[in-house]
Amino acid sequence: MIRLICTLVAVLMPLKALAIEIQEVTSPGGITAWLVEEDSIPFTALDIRFSGGANEEPLNQRGVTYLMMGLLEEGSADLDSQGFAEAAETLAARMSFDANNDSVSVGISFLTENRDASIALLRDALTDPTFDQAAVERVRDQVLAGLAAAARDPQEIASKTFAGLSFPGHPYGMPLEGTPETVSGLTIADLRAAHARALTRDQVQVGVTGDITAEELGPLLDTLLGGLPATGDEPAPMVKTMLDGGVTVMDFPSPQSVVLFGQDGIAFEDPDYFAAFVLNHILGGSGFASRLMTEVREKRGLTYGIGTYLAPRDLTNQILGQFSSSNDKAAEAIEIVRTVWKEVSEGGVTQEQLDAAKTYLTGAYPLRFDGNSRIASILVGMQATGLPIDYIIDRNDKIDAVTLEDVRRVAARILKPEALHFVVVGQPEGLTTGSF
Amino acid sequence: MRVPSLVAALVAVPLVLASPVSAQAVDDSVTTFTLANGMKAIVIEDNRAEVVVHMVWYNVGAADEPPGKSGIAHFLEHLMFKGTDDLAPGEFSEVVAAQGGSDNAFTSDDYTGYFQRVASDRLELMMTMEADRMRDLVLDSEDMLTERNVVLEERAQRTDSDPGALFSEMRGAAQYLNHPYRIPIIGWKHEVEKLTLDDALDFYRTYYAPNNATLVVAGDVDPVEVQALAEKYYGPLEPTPGLGPRERPSEPPQLAPRRITFTDGRVSNPYVLRTYLAPERDAGDQTEAAALTLLAAVLGGSSATSIMGRTLEQDEGTALYTSAFYSGLKYDDTTFGLIVVPTPDRTLPEAEADMDRMIARILEDGVDPAQLARIKSQARAASIYDLDSLQGRARQFGAAVTSGLTVQDVLDWPDIIDGVTEDDILAAAKRVFDLNYSVTGYLTKPDPAEATQ
Repeated sequence: MIRLICTLVAVLMPLKALAIEIQEVTSPGGITAWLVEEDSIPFTALDIRFSGGANEEPLNQRGVTYLMMGLLEEGSADLDSQGFAEAAETLAARMSFDANNDSVSVGISFLTENRDASIALLRDALTDPTFDQAAVERVRDQVLAGLAAAARDPQEIASKTFAGLSFPGHPYGMPLEGTPETVSGLTIADLRAAHARALTRDQVQVGVTGDITAEELGPLLDTLLGGLPATGDEPAPMVKTMLDGGVTVMDFPSPQSVVLFGQDGIAFEDPDYFAAFVLNHILGGSGFASRLMTEVREKRGLTYGIGTYLAPRDLTNQILGQFSSSNDKAAEAIEIVRTVWKEVSEGGVTQEQLDAAKTYLTGAYPLRFDGNSRIASILVGMQATGLPIDYIIDRNDKIDAVTLEDVRRVAARILKPEALHFVVVGQPEGLTTGSF
Repeated sequence: MRVPSLVAALVAVPLVLASPVSAQAVDDSVTTFTLANGMKAIVIEDNRAEVVVHMVWYNVGAADEPPGKSGIAHFLEHLMFKGTDDLAPGEFSEVVAAQGGSDNAFTSDDYTGYFQRVASDRLELMMTMEADRMRDLVLDSEDMLTERNVVLEERAQRTDSDPGALFSEMRGAAQYLNHPYRIPIIGWKHEVEKLTLDDALDFYRTYYAPNNATLVVAGDVDPVEVQALAEKYYGPLEPTPGLGPRERPSEPPQLAPRRITFTDGRVSNPYVLRTYLAPERDAGDQTEAAALTLLAAVLGGSSATSIMGRTLEQDEGTALYTSAFYSGLKYDDTTFGLIVVPTPDRTLPEAEADMDRMIARILEDGVDPAQLARIKSQARAASIYDLDSLQGRARQFGAAVTSGLTVQDVLDWPDIIDGVTEDDILAAAKRVFDLNYSVTGYLTKPDPAEATQ
């Protein structure tokens, strides 16, 4: 042991400061983007996020935002779906279109030599989509097939059940993709309305990293986004979780049970958020050393993996976790999760665990910033959560400032073993729906 | 449109066709050396961020397991985190985490790899620990039993809970008559349940040695310093004497097409999937594999513009999803595959007829030169985009050298792809589409009429 411990002490020195310069670029037309210039590889990654997302759609049109985003690459301006795909292939531009409850997002990576043509192609997709009937029907059939698959997938059944119990009557409580009934009823007019609602300039955040200067980026932003409507809907109101402590078992023929669990969480804006973030890492964060991974996997071999995460969303907050166990072991594993939850809520975190978590979290932070695509996505995420542009400079100080008292206080405040709900999809032995 | 949830649920085979090209000839950033004990090393310099990926790849995988011990390569991978003469169980990962790093490992048919991603000034510590566990693993039988349960849970989660994965196992076993690629990497459950500590240690002592390993270091490093560190930590390790060439049982001539039907109540969208035995990339001889890579792209690479996607998904509307896929990164013969997921109103025999019609079409009509040009421009761009991911580059080289290729083969690959002609593609298609070398599989759900009788 001696040899390694010596080495360890020798290298436990502070990490160097992040050598990343983020510029705020405002276009002549008034659109703002965050930029990191990096010219060593001749391409640029550009990420765009529009707040609002599928939360803004009517419940009886559930799935319309998801379907709409899937159709943006299916024809625009004077190109049909095949023409659009051929143009993107010729330019070797890589585009992505995604929908979420809180936002919709668009990504593109383009070669420097094809910059203007790539941006023009994406502009047409964003501002002038065709929503051609044949493409709508084809993609609708794909979504319906996806829903049919989800109805027989234990993981999807668990997610849908957990969301439905948490947020009845709210978009968060229904699958993003909709239901067979809502998706079948969507019209082209519904898709156009969803497009006008989701992609507006007042809700946009842009992150750019790569081979482009601030001077070049400004006019490009106007070309790309200037044609979108200026304003969209008002933000939706916050929603409360309707979840009680207990177990919900969904019968499913499988050798294993999929278990999703969770309870109310904490908002990103909360002064205790950083303490909660550190707490979650100790409880069920990444790696093999968390309390839950140690107790459920490493000591007992009851699962291949278990983890928890804080899920602060625009309109609600939860702390969620997940694992899978053989049907004869799921009940035991759930009992251990409840025990760990209780111990940690009652002050069970040690100084040693806190120090290890802080060392990991502060050391891992600078490692996130490798690669244009990763950095562009971080820049958008920072803006989406309202962080200042110099946040990365003192982010680690905020983690380091978390004390054992903070973690214990937050653990007592947030973690409620009696409020923890488990959705179990499988044929678990000795478990039935009900409260503990 | 890609529907990720649909594709993920339907296709349990690796669709490694999106990026036909995987590296660029950036010779000035890639260097190699070999230690006196036989350990090879590849260093990839990228100074954009102060990050390093440190990997050790062993030339051993599931296809090298003794008969009856399926899953031992993967099980040993798990046990490698259970301590050495210098490190307590779990300490390896704890030390990595204390540096803010992440670590993990992976097992395939042909290789087993271990990696850490840390700040570049922590490279030496990673080498200390990785060198330590190459020869000095210490295992405790209780830890072994617990970890075997973890592996059984992993199998239950990834395979037994997924009809697509079970179907894939059955298909793989039918594809290879004699070669161990017929056996799943994670192992058959009844054999994994009986694996012992001695099985793991025997495998470890034979194959985990510097003369059977390749070091890959990618990131903000100086190759001269990397070599000095490698000599200091990996240099003193004892090689395994008498390790012969990797020779697995080989395939006899395959004289009959095989057909399987896997029925499972959890299936929602039935599909037909066919694989043909196909040559892999060989050192100094990658032309056929390059032609097959482009054949997969032309036939079924894009839902909007490939022959299968354009015809079956777009024009005829008879398929929800189609694809053709091929990966030449394999030590021995690999497979070329096609999948058609028909719309709900179509039967699997109809979908199979559609698949056959698409194969016939490319053989008769040839390749559209504009499509081939677009695919090649994407391939050239991929060798630029791929430079963005440190871990991706490290994996490309590691996987290549443990699959029997050289660094030069990896660097040559983009030019070989670029030089493939229509004639090359059609000649490769004629050779590979031989039904005697194929397995046609139906993944389907129980007939509701029969179920109610």
